[in-house]
Amino acid sequence: MAVLSRTLTAALAAGLLAAAGPARAEDLPVIKVEMKDGTITPDVIEVPANTRFKLEITNTGTSPVEFESVELKREKALAAGATSSIVFRTVDPGRYDVFDDFHPNSKATLVAK
Amino acid sequence: MIGAFVIAFREVIEAGLIIGIVLAATRGIAGRGRWIALGVLGGLAGAGLVALFAERISDAFEGAGQEILNAGVLIVAVLMLIWHNTWMAKHGRELAGELRAAGEAVRTGQSTAAGLALVVGAAILREGAELVLFLYGLVASGTSGPDIQFGALAGVAVGAATSSVSYFGLAAIPTRYVFSVTSGLIVLLAAGLAAQAAQFLTNAGLITVLDRPLWNTSAVLREDSLVGRVLHALVGYTDRPSGMQVLVYLGTILVMVALMQVSSTGKRRQLRTA
Repeated sequence: MAVLSRTLTAALAAGLLAAAGPARAEDLPVIKVEMKDGTITPDVIEVPANTRFKLEITNTGTSPVEFESVELKREKALAAGATSSIVFRTVDPGRYDVFDDFHPNSKATLVAK
Repeated sequence: MIGAFVIAFREVIEAGLIIGIVLAATRGIAGRGRWIALGVLGGLAGAGLVALFAERISDAFEGAGQEILNAGVLIVAVLMLIWHNTWMAKHGRELAGELRAAGEAVRTGQSTAAGLALVVGAAILREGAELVLFLYGLVASGTSGPDIQFGALAGVAVGAATSSVSYFGLAAIPTRYVFSVTSGLIVLLAAGLAAQAAQFLTNAGLITVLDRPLWNTSAVLREDSLVGRVLHALVGYTDRPSGMQVLVYLGTILVMVALMQVSSTGKRRQLRTA
């Protein structure tokens, strides 16, 4: 019984390690986005489709921003001067509208290829 | 100024509508005001902390920290709502009737009020962190003009006033029916929150099945329109629900209705044998 549980624990630990392995943040492609008081740079954000990547968003303006895409169901609020990221697991090829929810007129497009 | 007003307004009503329903649903429970106030204060404190540590939370769990936190907060809220409705199915009639001062309802009512205080706290924590960031950024940066600051604060005030309409609207319903209405609203609210939690877990990479949108109603009603946002907060409207979201939504409704049935039948049997 003890052997069984030890084997199970080891298997579980190995599984967790395997799952955590490729998920390491450093290995991810990083795409940078700059947001500044209602502008999003670049206005066409190119990202790889069907793979994990990290969107690193920096707010270089003086007002808070919120990066949002309804189609991708993701949002991230950032104080002035803050940098934060969103990790995407997989995105289908296509074009997606993104906007700054705190600056209603700002728009950009995320293109996954 | 209009922009700041609209942003503050809609962030406030998203949490405010939930508080209105919870207040109506706890009518007649002694000491509920204290519990709800505690929930509001706790939620605001939590929202402040989340806004303060936003970056560190984001970086936790390999970049999925925010999603996992949101999912956790939502799941706690859903469990509390399920508990409340199950309890109400048994005791709602006592609270609505004249026996308010007597019976088990008074003793156990405290714990369900505490449970709903947690729901209020969770709602404010979720929606409030963004609002705190937004307002603090406006006021503290000192670069925005007084008209923008005024717009934001007016948005908070009008949002709170609009939310209180939802409470007074529900409070105007005759006592005999009010709990049937609030129970129904809470079932849909819980289902919507559970579906949101499922989406956060999908975004975090913890759920990897049924993650494709089942349909798209954005041409009919956009989720980011004002009506779309209100329906999103109340009944979990989303214009592109994934298969998992639909499954969790329906599953939550099924579980809640079943528990309420069991709970109210148990009550009736007790009365008959007494």
